[in-house]
Amino acid sequence: MKPNLNYINDISDNDIIFKNKLISIIKLEFPLEREEFLSNFNRNQYVLAAENVHKLKHKINIFGLKNGFETAIKFEKELINEKVDSYQDFIVVLEIIDNYLNKI
Amino acid sequence: MLRCIIIDDEEMARAIIEQYCSKLDHIQIVNQFNNALDAIQFINSNKIDLVFLDIHMPELNGFDFIDSLNNPPNIILTTSDSEFALNAFEYKCIVDYLVKPIKLPRFIKAVTKVETPKTAVPLTDDEEVDEMYVNIDRRLVKIHIPDIYLVEAKGDYINIKTETKNHIVHTTMKKIEDKLPDNLFLKIHRSFIINVKKIVDIEDNSVLIKKEVIPVSRSNRSELMNRLNLLN
Repeated sequence: MKPNLNYINDISDNDIIFKNKLISIIKLEFPLEREEFLSNFNRNQYVLAAENVHKLKHKINIFGLKNGFETAIKFEKELINEKVDSYQDFIVVLEIIDNYLNKI
Repeated sequence: MLRCIIIDDEEMARAIIEQYCSKLDHIQIVNQFNNALDAIQFINSNKIDLVFLDIHMPELNGFDFIDSLNNPPNIILTTSDSEFALNAFEYKCIVDYLVKPIKLPRFIKAVTKVETPKTAVPLTDDEEVDEMYVNIDRRLVKIHIPDIYLVEAKGDYINIKTETKNHIVHTTMKKIEDKLPDNLFLKIHRSFIINVKKIVDIEDNSVLIKKEVIPVSRSNRSELMNRLNLLN
């Protein structure tokens, strides 16, 4: 599972300013969304955590992480039903994105 | 010009839609909101033609937002999954449903649906004829319909010839025929639609339009002759 910038490159259409703007926004938004998710999850606020996962899903998809996206879909449904089986898998996906954002 | 707003609590999602809109000359983003509550106030005091609306938002979700409006404008829903697509059919104002991450061709297709009612209005002799938009290289290009003098089929493409420019569009003759007003245009051959006001002369089984000689099929000839103001 390796993130990529294919989608971002595609929508940027050689517009470097827009591409950099988008990456900057993601670098700002992603840690906030992740922190909010962890906070809600650790307080057993699973429905709120499911909403956070829903938001994070979009970013997971943007970086081309198909398996990660599937994990997020599964985990979101689990949280709505107050189950947490896929928590560890989801955390791995978040870590992959976090590492990638630190490199680009 | 379509006056639009974007409602999405994700800045990234708003930036992507804004970028796509910047590629379309006829769309103007007049405001953006990270929550639906602020947008209600704005929409009640401003003329808005189209809303790009996220479904999943805190406090008030997309459907709650629509329900709160007395006369909702055209709405294109944007969401990360397709589970609400069926709900969308219950709302007349929802013209399309885009699943994130949104790709430009799909975005253009959605926006084009908003324009369809305007371009599909039947035209009469007294009305000023409208314009149409065609998809060329991921851009919607406006064409002033009266400027078109000839439409020619070229395999899977159509060449729309105007006074100033030719536009090659991937579409069918049937689709373009439906968009052109009957009072101005006539199909005279399976590969040609002409603007009858641009005819220079007619000879046997051909017409001269500008400097081009266009064949008239036998089956279309009588219709063409009926359309002319003939001095017998």
